[in-house]
Amino acid sequence: MDLRLMTAEPTAAERDAVDKVLGEPDSGWVGGLRRAVDGHAAVGGRSIRERRHQLLPALHAVQSSAGWISQGALNYICRRLTVPPAEAYGVVTFYAMLSTTPRPPRVAHVCDDVSCAVAGAGGLKAALERKLGPAGLGTGEVTWIRSPCLGMCDQAPAVFLQLAGGHDWAIGSAEPDSVVSGLVGQTPAFETGDSSDLHVSSGGPLLARVGKESPSDLGDYRAAGGYSALARAFDMGPQAVIDEITLSGLTGRGGAAFPTGRKWQAVADAAGPRYVVANGDESEPGTFKDRVLMEEDPFAVIEAMAIAGWAVGAEKGYLYIRGEYPLATQRLGDAIEQARVYGLLGGNVLGRGVAFDIELRRGAGAYICGEETALFNSIEGYRGEPRSKPPYPTERGLFGQPTLVNNIETLANVLPIINGGGQAFAATGTPGSTGTKLFCLSGSVNRPGVYEVAFGATLGQLLDMAGGVRPGRRLQAILVGGAAGSFVEPDSLDVPATFEGLGAIGASLGSGAVVVFDDTVEMPSIVGRIAEFFRDESCGQCVPCRVGTVRQEEALHRLIEGPPDGQVGLLNEIAAVMRDGSICGLGQTAATAVQSAVALGLVGGAT
Amino acid sequence: MSGVVITVDGRPVETSADLTILETCREEGLDIPTLCFLENLTPANTCRICVVEIGGSRALVPACSRRVESGMQIKTESERVRHTRMMVLELLGSSVDLSLTPLVDQLMDRYGAAPDRFDGGATVEEAPTIDNQLFVRDYAKCILCYKCVQACGVDAQNTFAISVVGRGFEARIATEYQLALPDSACVFCGNCFGVCPTGALIPTTEYEMRAAGTWDEDAQTVTRTICPYCGVGCNLDLVVQDNRILKALSPLDHDVTSGHLCIKGRFGWQHVQSE
Amino acid sequence: MEDTDLIVLWGSNAREAHPIFFHHILKAIHSGARMYAIDPRRTTSTQWADMWLGLDVGSDIALANAVGREIIAAGLQNQTFIDRATVGFEAYRQSVEQWTLDRAEAVTGVPAEAIRALAHEYAKAGRAQLCWTLGITEHHNATDNVLALINLALLTGHVGRYGSGLVPIRGQNNVQGGGDMGALPNKLPGFQDVENDKARERFEAAWAATLNPVKGWHLSQMFEAMARGELRALYVIGENPAQSEADTNHTVELLRGLDFMVVQDIYLTKTAELANVVLPAAAGWVESEGTVTSSERRVQRVRKALDPPGQARDDIDILSDLARRMGHHWATPTAEQAWDELRSLSPIHAGMSYPRLEELGGLQWPCRDEDDPGELFLHGRLWHDPPGGPPAPFTPVEDSPPLDVLSEEYPIRLTTGRRLDSFNTGVQSGGYESPIRRGETIDLSPEDGAALAVAEGERVLVSSRRGAVRAPVRFDPSLRPGLAFMTLHFPDEVETNRLTNDAWDPKSGTAEFKATAIRIDRLDT
Repeated sequence: MDLRLMTAEPTAAERDAVDKVLGEPDSGWVGGLRRAVDGHAAVGGRSIRERRHQLLPALHAVQSSAGWISQGALNYICRRLTVPPAEAYGVVTFYAMLSTTPRPPRVAHVCDDVSCAVAGAGGLKAALERKLGPAGLGTGEVTWIRSPCLGMCDQAPAVFLQLAGGHDWAIGSAEPDSVVSGLVGQTPAFETGDSSDLHVSSGGPLLARVGKESPSDLGDYRAAGGYSALARAFDMGPQAVIDEITLSGLTGRGGAAFPTGRKWQAVADAAGPRYVVANGDESEPGTFKDRVLMEEDPFAVIEAMAIAGWAVGAEKGYLYIRGEYPLATQRLGDAIEQARVYGLLGGNVLGRGVAFDIELRRGAGAYICGEETALFNSIEGYRGEPRSKPPYPTERGLFGQPTLVNNIETLANVLPIINGGGQAFAATGTPGSTGTKLFCLSGSVNRPGVYEVAFGATLGQLLDMAGGVRPGRRLQAILVGGAAGSFVEPDSLDVPATFEGLGAIGASLGSGAVVVFDDTVEMPSIVGRIAEFFRDESCGQCVPCRVGTVRQEEALHRLIEGPPDGQVGLLNEIAAVMRDGSICGLGQTAATAVQSAVALGLVGGAT
Repeated sequence: MSGVVITVDGRPVETSADLTILETCREEGLDIPTLCFLENLTPANTCRICVVEIGGSRALVPACSRRVESGMQIKTESERVRHTRMMVLELLGSSVDLSLTPLVDQLMDRYGAAPDRFDGGATVEEAPTIDNQLFVRDYAKCILCYKCVQACGVDAQNTFAISVVGRGFEARIATEYQLALPDSACVFCGNCFGVCPTGALIPTTEYEMRAAGTWDEDAQTVTRTICPYCGVGCNLDLVVQDNRILKALSPLDHDVTSGHLCIKGRFGWQHVQSE
Repeated sequence: MEDTDLIVLWGSNAREAHPIFFHHILKAIHSGARMYAIDPRRTTSTQWADMWLGLDVGSDIALANAVGREIIAAGLQNQTFIDRATVGFEAYRQSVEQWTLDRAEAVTGVPAEAIRALAHEYAKAGRAQLCWTLGITEHHNATDNVLALINLALLTGHVGRYGSGLVPIRGQNNVQGGGDMGALPNKLPGFQDVENDKARERFEAAWAATLNPVKGWHLSQMFEAMARGELRALYVIGENPAQSEADTNHTVELLRGLDFMVVQDIYLTKTAELANVVLPAAAGWVESEGTVTSSERRVQRVRKALDPPGQARDDIDILSDLARRMGHHWATPTAEQAWDELRSLSPIHAGMSYPRLEELGGLQWPCRDEDDPGELFLHGRLWHDPPGGPPAPFTPVEDSPPLDVLSEEYPIRLTTGRRLDSFNTGVQSGGYESPIRRGETIDLSPEDGAALAVAEGERVLVSSRRGAVRAPVRFDPSLRPGLAFMTLHFPDEVETNRLTNDAWDPKSGTAEFKATAIRIDRLDT
């Protein structure tokens, strides 16, 4: 491709950061030294354009080395990968973690989303403003900015530290001093990331190893029965594996609840090459279960992906993990390395002649990339905009090939299904919701955390498991399913938290987020934060979502601040166009929570 | 290319499985509005004004990109469809300047759209960018239909000088680091303004004449001829007023150009009217 | 083009010189076609290729013969096609036998492995298009260069099939039409031979006039005839030889020496300034009606959108009036009437009525009657069994390096070409302001710039054995050391053609614009 690059040159450090990810350039035409032979021949075209999927890793490398993406650095990346600079710039500006302007190299992303707001994020921000100046404006080495949900609602308020020159880090139960010392002090080594903050309750197989086995030792994992499922899957053969998944009744845990077996079958039936993608871009506000799985049981995720690869006939898997999950990223990366060393990934898995390997890809701050087709675009080096469906991923997914994409929790369920059989799995839970489910309890509860229960438990039982609201407080509302979910009131505590149970009251299980609000919480600001979240996270591609999320926030603001006349009607009309007309699930659900809040009178007074 | 039977607004329609809903409906004489669609580009289906209701589908589907399937039950003007179109017009009309968008007033009337319901809301405020002699970028008129990006990109020119940058309501069409076009990869083929549906991208001649009030479409003729430069044989549609060429377009349906030109064809006509 | 599997772009920078043709190449690439590009420079076109072969200027035949030899040595030739539809294979095989990959590498500079890859992919491709332009033809051995490429197509059967063929791309909007209309020294309209009595008789009958039965001179021969004093008067229509010909100094001298010159043009060109009579003409593409023929033999209508300025008149008007002044009572025909007369005399155009051209957006010849849809590609007959007509001949050709040899005194190879926003001598393209136009420069590799100790933007003296010009230096990494580049777009700024060699190909009459030996000297300031 004929590129016209900018004139800026990279610094030596920027070049090194890129070369570390991409390797040394192999000719003078892609950024290396001009050799005599380069004057007479060059390989180019498709083989170079096909390197584009390395764009985001290269951008990450520069961002975490230099703290921003300069023109020179972007230029060099574009030359290395044959990407037009305008397109690369479009990609950079899509992601919250990447900056195209110089900014302090150490940035605290302070979550003030629904769960952290309940836990005092407002006070934290005010304190940081006093200590560090207004958001984003630090001129020295450090600054802070607001952030949407960081997936650490069990440790609210949470802060993600983006530390150029070191490695990123997240801190829970953040206080002004811990944030500042995290910014200026020594970053803790990953090995020190312990599980002491973990609040999990295992009522089933998914969390059985969590907090008990070391997440960093493949030996421990195998001693605890790890890799028995993969061996068994190899013995069964691909079709039998798919049949077992189908028999289990497992449905997707990412929010859409699509029957997993049917998806696997569709990919297996399509002509290859095929891919397996694990969706670890957990970004739904109030959701943090996948993070716990990836941090605490990374080998299980890898084993499940290998089984999926075997079942559908894919030799390559991508694990796309949220950019704000540094510990999970580190542990998964380490686990993948160990698995390769021990022949559990690679060209000859378990010595059975089966090829399967996994590439770990890190997101860079975009809720929309959890949408499966946006995730494909992100991996491929494009803006993380959702694609029009059909074609579905099972027909044309990653790199245009049939792709199996499953949420992390969904994959985690594969192991017990293979080990214990689909029938046994289906016997757990309810007929419409089989197996166990991870619920993320946060907000005004005594013990926020991940709770694994057999499907069938009611919202009230979940609340009780988390210790209920604090003494003297009264339950005001629960947000079920995250920002894309719905508010319910205390009168719904008897509703089973199942697909069908919540569906019956017009709510949905979604990702399994259960954010609890007691009577001290100012609900209008919570609802307003959700509207703001969707406005910020809309990719901007389609009109209903791009403009609708703005108009929704404006109308909601008027409803709260006045004049409120006619705003409910307007909100309903905006909700309808977003639901009916948006390209993807983000826009289609961007009004759900706001609508439910208005209906319940949580904003704008009783209706 | 198998034949399929679908139902459109209650009527059975025989069509071909390789056609889109839009193509089928247009063959049936149904007027489905479009903004981001153009025959010579890959459907971007971003504006969502062409959506129709399909039996069994939760959300509405874009007619421009969705292919027909046997047995499809399509409603082209249902209440939900009409509401979505009205709202799309209102959302756009309240956030960007549609004054140069052809036929938009008729569409507003047809769907009863009243963008002023959102007066006071956020708008795309941006002064026109004039950084070269050939065309003006007036992004306050941009509906982000993606057509210019596609024409500059893989659908035609493959220069990729512009991209959508930023996200959400802040998303804009721009070069890398907002460089001026002459400093960017732009080759000034003008294929971007050739496909722009709202006048956000506009030749300087037209921009200046409109500002001066001398742009008079009633006094203009369009004549098709062949580009005077290389031997490829590109068709030019020359827009002429008062014996002066004002701009060069190209027919979408001609298989040499598919509507696209290079800088010489697009702008190289001034030699016949130099004084 | 869109449906081919392999594109070989040889001596063509279509990305800049034929941008919309390149759109079709890009469509093919996006549909999965692979591309090889052969060009001394790493042009924008070659950057789209899966492999670029940067041969030394003028070594095309060495490269083509090596490709042919490798195909034969690997047993990849299409023997069935060769046996049925061609003649002369054995002689060709022998002629290329010595062109091993190693020898070709030594002569062309292209790594043997790249030549081998091109040979194998071209031979194995299901469909392959071999496209070229002036990089092949602006050499002293232009015709041999073309024959070397034709040999490859015959060897592999990549000719006369849908998606497989030989594609010379024309540089002007109607250079093909000029040929169609008989603006060739040896042809009547419709490519009928002027020395063929039968053909000539038909024209003589229609025109009620006697035609000269001897073929005329081509352009280069005309200039030689001027030099000998045999050609004393010249009527130039829409051409600017004072700037477009190689070795400008010599050309202008010859034009000045004429007894009489008429120039009919839309501009007062440098040539017109030398003329005795200037006839201002309407711009054919926008101020009059008619047809042009594109590269793909597609005849299309041009239409009048503007009234011509001042005294400018339609070409048909001028010629009819001139005929009347010479005593022939020509009515002034409309463009359509003139075209219909052409159709009555040129069988390949017979089916192309104005209404059909209008309705179908043009027609590709041959189009023999009004039911004929025209031909998408030629030479399809070679795939008939037996092929209708004579077999296609292989023509052995030998490598012949550029005549302007490099020496210690002139150590740098200058080649010339086009830029995207400009056209030929800039008569038309100079009329608009282009944001990407940066005027003429002498483009050097950064290495040569450093060796010569010149700075970017510095004006230097560029000299060849024929003349010298001053031009600012630009560093261009698409050039390797020893290779320089200029255009001829800005003759008023830098008369590049003062440098170029007017040695011409005896078969086609094209001058060797592409290969000049130059030296660069710093100007003492």
